[in-house]
Order: sequence, then C-alpha cells, then structure tokens
Amino acid sequence: MAMLEVKNLSKSFDELEVLKDISFDVQKGEVVAIIGPSGSGKSTLLRCINQLEKANGGEINVCGTDMLIKNAKGKTVYADSKVLRAIRLKTGLVFQNFNLFPHMSVLRNITEAPVCVLKQNKEDAKKNAMSLLKKMGLETKADSYPCELSGGQQQRVSIARALALSPEILFFDEPTSALDPELTGEILKVIKSLAADGMTMVIVTHEMAFARDVADKVIFMEHGYIVEMGAPEQLFGENASDRVKQFLQRFNS
Amino acid sequence: MAKDDMLTLLKLMLEYVLPTLKLFAFTLLFSIPAGMIVALLKMCKIKPISWLTNIYILIMRGTPLMLQVIVAFYFIPTVQKNDSAPELLRKFLSGVSIRGNYIFWAVLVAFVLNYAAYFAEIFRGGIESIPKGQYEAAGALGFSRLQTFFRIILPQVVKRVIPASSNEVITLVKDTSLANTVGYMELIYIAETQSSRLSSLVPLFMAGVMYFVMASVLTLLFSFIEKKFNYYK
Repeated sequence: MAMLEVKNLSKSFDELEVLKDISFDVQKGEVVAIIGPSGSGKSTLLRCINQLEKANGGEINVCGTDMLIKNAKGKTVYADSKVLRAIRLKTGLVFQNFNLFPHMSVLRNITEAPVCVLKQNKEDAKKNAMSLLKKMGLETKADSYPCELSGGQQQRVSIARALALSPEILFFDEPTSALDPELTGEILKVIKSLAADGMTMVIVTHEMAFARDVADKVIFMEHGYIVEMGAPEQLFGENASDRVKQFLQRFNS
Repeated sequence: MAKDDMLTLLKLMLEYVLPTLKLFAFTLLFSIPAGMIVALLKMCKIKPISWLTNIYILIMRGTPLMLQVIVAFYFIPTVQKNDSAPELLRKFLSGVSIRGNYIFWAVLVAFVLNYAAYFAEIFRGGIESIPKGQYEAAGALGFSRLQTFFRIILPQVVKRVIPASSNEVITLVKDTSLANTVGYMELIYIAETQSSRLSSLVPLFMAGVMYFVMASVLTLLFSFIEKKFNYYK
C-alpha cells in the first residue's frame, strides 16, 4: 500500500524553479533516503509534502487521501482545510534544528499536541510520552527544558514529539546536520531502530553511509530534478550514473 | 516647618497618590490588551488595515502626550457646542455629561490611545522575533492557528517583551503628571498648590520622593518577573 504518492510535482519561488516534475512513491514500511547536493530541492520537496510550502503543480496523495490534485479543468488545487489538517496528523516531521518549544518542559513538548489537538486525556498522553522518552533513552530528562539538553538529546525529544501523534509516515529534514559527528550517531541509531519497527520514513540526509545501510530506496536529486532513484545497491554501486558517482566520490575520500 | 505641619502635609499629599495610581492602573489595564490588538492589526496582511494602523501609531508617537490629553479633554464639549460639526457626531456626543468623572475618562482615553501605540510596537517586535520554525513545528503537529498563537507564540513573546515593557510602565508613572494640565487632581496638583501656599519647596520634594518610590517598586517588581521567566532561554 502506498503511503505517499507524488506525481509531476513542481514548485517555484518567483522565477526560480526549485522542483521540476518530481514523481515517486513510498510504500508502507519503506525507508526512503533523499540525497543530493545543497540547493537541489530536497528540503523544499519535504516542505511541500508537509504543507510548509505551496506547490505550483502536480499531485500529492498521503496515506490514500488526496492532498493536491488536478481538477477537471486541469488546474492544481489543494484539498479543503479540514482534509489538510487530517493529513497533517497522519504525517510527522523532524526538523534540522529541532524547533522544540523552549518554554515547555521536555514532557510537555511531547504531550501538548496529543492533548490539545487529538484531545487525548492528560494521563494517557503522559504515559505514552514517558514510554517514548524511555525508548529514546531520555526518561530522566522529562522535567528538563530544551535549553538544558545537548543537540542530540533535543533531536531525540523532537522525534518523540513527532511519534506521540502516532504518524503513519515520518519525515526527517536533515536530522543530523546541526549536530557534531559524535552526536550524529545517536540520532542515526534511533532512526535505525524505528526502521526495524517497520516505521515508514522519508529522510533527507547527507549521511551517505547511513542512507546506504538503512534505506530501501534512495533518491538522488539535483537542480530540482530526480536524477536517479533505486535500491541503495544500485545508486551506491558500479552501475550508477556518472553524476551520482561523482557526487558520492567526495564522501568516500 | 514644624513637625506636626510636616505630618499633616504628608498625609494630605498621600491622599493624592491615589488618583495618580488610579490613572496609572486603568491605563495599563486597557492599553496592554489594546496594544496587543494594535500590534496584530499592524501585522495584518490586508494592506489598508496595516496602513491605517501605521498612521495611528505615527500620530500617537509623533505628537506630545500633553497635546493629546488637551485634545481629548476639549473634544467632546467643543463638538457639542459647534454647529458646523457633523450632525451624526453631535447627536452621538450630545448625551455625554461633562460633569463628575469626565476629566478622568477624557484623560484616560488619551493615555490609553498613546500607550497602546507604544506597547503595540514592543509587542510587534516580540512577535516578529519568534523564529519561523516555531510556527512550522506547531503546524506540523496539527495545532490550529489560534492554538499556535496562544500556546506556542504568546508565552514566548511575554518573556521577550518584559524588559522593554518595564521601561514604558515606569515612564507611565511619571507621565500621569501630565493629567494635571486639564485639571485632574493628582500628586503634582497638590504639590504645586501646597508649595505656593506655604512658599516652600518641601511639597515638591515630597512629590519627587513619592514618584521615586513608586518607580522603584515597579523596577523591583519587573526584575522579579524577569527572574521568574529565567527557567528557559
């Protein structure tokens, strides 16, 4: 079952086209890594799917619900706001710079959305949050504030916060780019364990070794196009296109 | 001056601290929420609204508060007597009695309009200083726009605007003396009349000490509130 279908997606900022004819899909339980040089449109693609940017054309279907479609006149239109909000609850997004709420404790960062948005009862939300924190190895930090945590810990809290809404698909926008190499490992470990649990994930990353190890499918983007897409063995192997090889060379040296 | 006279004078002057504090408290009570509304109007995406709000702020900050107090005071009685004023406005204001508490309310209107403009600029700065990522994170978690504003943005804005607001609040204590211009009887009024009656600087000195004490209490209060918000960065 497809958890995400993107067809001919395009997006431009004024004159600048940053996404051109992007099509791909993500099946249930699949882990997709999106790689490519800076400015290739990877983050914009994720932001369009997560409704943080408005796409200009194409179609997006999330978990079987149409988000962006071509209507009878061939015009690209979004679903109505109720549907869009329902879709948001099925998706989770982890940001590069965490974006935790600084005025709330770690626990409240995680329980706020389940309580206010899903109307979960406070005790249940708290129980769920504590078990997520335990999974992240942060059960002792429940009462801390984000500013008291390291970057890696903050990112783990933000992953717990996204998981608290039980999303069906989880997106990561360069989750380790703001972290130093030592802390990167702890985040990658968490993502690997989520993959082992069967979580459907789309990860924009610069960690090539990680993409090769954990992804079922790798997408290479450049200049707003998908240049190559396939199993990691293909993209990281001998048969990859010259451009992909050239790009990966820099990471292997 | 004899000791008994001093005590009587002090007691008399303390009575006039009350109207000063009353104007101070009522101005804050109305101008802070009004300032928040003005800030939101100025940030409104509908151009004419933000444009008009901008003109209002420009006028309020660009003319003396004393002038605004005088205009507010004379506005209603002048319109009531003026035959060339618009009919609708005259009808609307004809019922307003200029006796009793009129001075207080007229002064209060000027103060609230003036201070709302200053608070609005402070609040706007605070709201605009919240990183975009906070809105995006809230949106991605499914918070509605209202929930995002009240639960995520506003609590962070409060912390950021406390230092600048404390400045305004302390200035306001001293600005209440401008109400004396149109005959509102407060601390400056009694200090001046007693000073000329007794041919003494003591009443003026006492008034100065009283303003100083009020401002100091507020300074302490604000540093306490600032510390309360120090639990996060």
